[in-house]
Formats: sequence, C-alpha cells, structure tokens
Amino acid sequence: MQHDPLTPTKGERSTSPEGRRLDRVTAPLDVEKSALQADPDAAVSGLSAKAVEGRSLRQIAWMRLKRDKVALGGGIVILLLILIAVFAPLIVKLLGHPPNDFHQELLDPTLLTPKGSFGGISSQFLLGVEPVNGRDVFSRIVYGARISLLTAFLATLLSVSIGTVVGITAGFFGGWVDGLISRLMDILLAFPLLVFAISIGTVIQTANGSVFGLSGTSLSVATLIFIIGFFNWPYIGRIVRGQTLSLREKEFIDAARSLGATNRHIIFKQLLPNLAAPVLVYSTLIIPTNILFEAALSFLGVGVRRPTASWGSMLSDAVETYQIDPVFMIVPGVALLITVMAFNLLGDGLRDALDPRAGR
Amino acid sequence: MGRFIVRRLIGVVLLLIIVSAATFAVFFLGPKFVGADVARNFCGRVCNQQSLVEVKAKLGLDKPIYEQYGAYVKGVVAGRDFVTGTDTTHCSAPCLGYSFKTDQSVWFLMKDRLPITFSLAIGAALMWLVSGVAVGILSALRRGSFFDRAAMSVALAGVSLPVYFTGLVALSIFSYKLKWFVNVHYVGFTSNPALWAKNLLLPWICLAFLYAATYARLTRANMLETMGEDYIRTARAKGLPESVVIRRHGFRAALTPIVTIFGLDLGGLLGGAILTETVFGFPGVGKLAYDAIATQDLPVVLGVTVFAAFFIIMANLIVDVAYAYVDPRVRYG
Repeated sequence: MQHDPLTPTKGERSTSPEGRRLDRVTAPLDVEKSALQADPDAAVSGLSAKAVEGRSLRQIAWMRLKRDKVALGGGIVILLLILIAVFAPLIVKLLGHPPNDFHQELLDPTLLTPKGSFGGISSQFLLGVEPVNGRDVFSRIVYGARISLLTAFLATLLSVSIGTVVGITAGFFGGWVDGLISRLMDILLAFPLLVFAISIGTVIQTANGSVFGLSGTSLSVATLIFIIGFFNWPYIGRIVRGQTLSLREKEFIDAARSLGATNRHIIFKQLLPNLAAPVLVYSTLIIPTNILFEAALSFLGVGVRRPTASWGSMLSDAVETYQIDPVFMIVPGVALLITVMAFNLLGDGLRDALDPRAGR
Repeated sequence: MGRFIVRRLIGVVLLLIIVSAATFAVFFLGPKFVGADVARNFCGRVCNQQSLVEVKAKLGLDKPIYEQYGAYVKGVVAGRDFVTGTDTTHCSAPCLGYSFKTDQSVWFLMKDRLPITFSLAIGAALMWLVSGVAVGILSALRRGSFFDRAAMSVALAGVSLPVYFTGLVALSIFSYKLKWFVNVHYVGFTSNPALWAKNLLLPWICLAFLYAATYARLTRANMLETMGEDYIRTARAKGLPESVVIRRHGFRAALTPIVTIFGLDLGGLLGGAILTETVFGFPGVGKLAYDAIATQDLPVVLGVTVFAAFFIIMANLIVDVAYAYVDPRVRYG
C-alpha cells in the first residue's frame, strides 16, 4: 500500500511524549542525522560535509556517555555481572562449593540456621550458608545471576523484536493495518500480566514430561522468557509506532521515495537506523523490569523450577527464616538491587546521551 | 461527549470478552496441552475411571470448551443454574462459578476479600501520589541542589527495589527488631480504625515506595520540561509572582501525564497486591489468586483474572473520558 506522505492519515497525531520529542528535534542535529542516513553515499559528499566534519549520532552519544560517570559505572557493573554469569562454573569452582550441595554440618541442628555470626559468612562460604539445607549462598548467587540475566536478556530481545516489527508495520502502513495492530496492543495491555503469568507458570509447572522437547529447568526458563517477552512487546510496539508515524512524514523519507525507493528500502535503510536510538534506550530500561519480573515469579514459586538457583526463589526461602537469619534475605535482595540499579543508571545515561534535545 | 462514552463502553465489553476468552483458554486448554488433567486434582485419593468421570461432570469439564465458556459468560451476565443430580443451585449474576476446592461461590470469596485489597491499594495510592509528586516538584524547582540529588538517588533505589524485598526488610526491622509493629495482620476498618491504619502502614509504605519513586522521577522530568516552555517565560514577563507561575502554569501542565499514569497504575495495582499480600500475609484478593493458583482452583483464578482485567480496562476508560473532557481534540479524533 503506497502512502502519500503529504496527506496525514487518521491517527496521525502522536500523543506520546516520545512522538512529540521527535517532532521537536533540534535543527542541526536532525539535519546531520537525516542527511547521513538518507543517503550515506552520494549527496553528503558535497562541499559542506568536507569543510565541517560531521559527527554521527553514535559519536555524539558516546562522547556524552563518556562524560557521564554514573552511567559508565552502571555499565561497568553490568559488564562484571555478565562476566560472572558467563564464567559462573569457573568462579564457583575457585571460590565456592557446588550450588546444590548440602552442608548440614554447618547448621545448628535444632534451629537449622547457620552456625557462627552473619549467616555463617566465612572464608570458605563468602556469603554465608543457606538455612535449612546448608547450601553455599555465594555459589547460588553466582548461578542466580545466570538465570536472571539470561531470562531478562532473551525476554527483552523477544519483546523488542516483536515490538519493532509490529510497530513499524503499524506506523508505516497505517490504515486498517494500524487499526488492527493498535487494537491488539490495547487488548494485550489490558491483560492483568502478573496474574496471567502466574497462571501460565502454574500450568507449565504441572506439565508431565516434556513440552516442545523441553523439561524441568529449561522448560521453566523458556516459559518465563516467553511470558515476559510476549506480554511486554506492546509497550515497545507503541513507541516504535509513534516514532514511525512521525518519521514517515520527514523530508528524507519523501526524498527517498521520490528517488524511487521501495517500501522495503525505506523501512530497512531509512526508518530502522533512525529507530535504533529509542529502541536501544527502551531495551536498556526494560531489562531491569524483566529482571524484577522473573524474580517476582520465582518468588511466588511459579518461575524457575527448583533446585536451580534464582534470586527470587532465594528470597522466598528467606521468608521462612529472616527473623532469625536476616543475612540470607539481604544477600539476594542486594544482588537484585545492584543489578537492577546498574541497568537503570546505564539506561538513564543512554537516554540523556541519545536525546537530541539535550544541549550538553 | 455522550456518544464518545458509549463508543468506548462498547469497546470495553468487547475487550472483556476477549480477555476472559483468552484466560479461559489458558486455564482449560493449557493443562491438556502440557499433558496434565485438571479433574485428577479434585478426584480424591481413590481415583478410578468412574469417579474421574463423575468429577468431570460435576466440575463441568466434560463439555466442550466453547460450551463451558458460553455458560460462564451467561452466568456473569444473567446468572445460571448448576444441576447436580436432582439438586439445582441458582447462582445469580454476576455468577463467577464455584470454587473447585471448597465449593464456595467465587463472587462471595472475592467480595469478602475486596475490602482488604482496596484498603491496601487506596492507602498506598494516596501515599505515593502525594509524596511522589511533591518530591518531584521540589526537586525540579531546586534542580542540582542537595535535596534534588538526595531525593533522586533515593528514587533510583526505589525503582530498583521490589516490594517483596522491601517488605521483608521492613518487617524484620520494624516488626521484629524494633517491635514498633508487632504481629502485623489485617484488621477490619469498622472493628478498629486505629489498628487498621497501624497494621496497614508498613504494607502501604512498601508498596507506595516503588511507585512514589517512579512518580518523583516522572514529575521532576515533566516539571523541568514545562518550566522551560515559552508560555512560562510569558507568564513571568507579565509580572506574575513566581508561586502563581509554578502553580497555575507549570504544575497544571506537568500534572496531566501523571494523571494518565496514575489511572493505569491504579488499575494494574492488583499485581502489586499479590506480592504485597503474600509478603505480609494479608488475605486479600491477590492472596486469594495466589492460593487458588497453587491449588489449581481454576474458577477462582479465572474470576480474579477477569476482575483484574475489568479493573484495568475501567481505569483506562476513566482516564480516556477525563482526557476527552479536558481536551476536545480527543473527542472527535
């Protein structure tokens, strides 16, 4: 369906703050950006481009981000966490004990809480011993990072992929396609997500044997990724749709069209590069939400199947014992806090760095 | 305006039908899909083929799914009769069926627990709205000050802290260490208002903290944006006192997006209520859902889900109508 860019269609007015933000892109940056992406090869190699060295949005953003120490700190913490998650077996081998080994000899035989102070923290058990079972808390935290990051990253990837594809389709083609997709997004957003996720989680937990060739932990992780990813895409879908609606009317799209560009070219070569910034920022900001969501489901007992370590299920174990052994509750909680905060800091920093309005 | 509301109401009904149908499908087709049988859970210890068939008939699971769904919708709208052998039980509208586990009416189960969830939700909502917006405005007006930086650091921690962690920390400090709130449990408002408020204070603060942090950040950003607008400069230029500029021009414009989000958050609060009620052991609707899920009591889960969806959709509707009232462009858009 060919859309005439000069006649705005119904539903044109973007009421979202993101949509408005893009309409107000400051002149110099916008020219730079659109010129760069509208035709990277030919037109730009004119006179002015050589005289004044143009900076791409990526360069500007990186320059700004480098100055933002707090965001960089967040980024470094995230890198460390990823390394911990990737090398979990090695770290545990060097500094801990296998995450599912019981050490009941370290527990008080009547109270079933760790011997010694501060939850049994010692040079052997860096973050203490779990009450009741006596597993190494450090190892479980390290392996928990794996589950946490894996589910959050893959769920984010899933929702961002669906959201971007669907959002561009709705925004670019407009008309009944847009109407249909927008209604679909409304429906999904009206779902009581947590209740629904808990129920799907429960149904999956009752599974006998394997579903789609998966069982046990991998099945529960796959289910989590699917639930979190699938129900979150409308949020990003809305943003991408709004951005596409306003981008579609920009001059560089007109230019591309008058040069005879196909829809395919416009979508992949013109729209997508311009959507990269908001999608990147939004992805960084929904990863922490997804981490908390995974933890919440595991806390409620419908997330990652035991005995696989998850920060959420550790917190739910701590509910039984926190009155006598608060350390076991604090450790996974603080792990969650640090991780989520690091992502929030980086996300905020990225947003500021990529925001064309920011004059810094 | 009237036509706008009617149009939106039709949309609400359609949306409810879709949400309930999808929920129904997940609960009644889902177990089959993963190779589990719902009826077996309610069949007792000695479960042979015959008793299984009886249980299925009693729970209505022997009929095809669309017939079950049709009966369910009819029950919600007009009530329905349950026939067991020669006995007929009439379940008047809104009939959400009977619990598989306890045979109690789902509607009554929910009605008993609603005051608890509402107490929790409304108290927390007021708390986070007032504190979040106030902190956000003060931060924006004193941008870069110590207050601003301190408040925004706390807010950042706040959005990163899940309620199931703050709840446990709060309980362990204020209930067990300091003994300020001993034996936190729900007390009805009518039986003892003072104790009602005292016991709800910790859950309120924990639930509100998360949202207040979000609202503070949002209000601050909106306020900063608004105060940079041209009409603020105009207002100042025509000699209005700064307090009037802030109140009449800055605050009002900055508040609009907050109202939208507040409506949506209030609708979606049931999710937060599940976690809060679980941590504090309050027997509200969220806890009901959680317990029902653990025992696979499908009618109860379905009832709560449909109810929660209804809530979210109504909150959306109210926000839309409020917007249409304020902004005529929306009405005719």
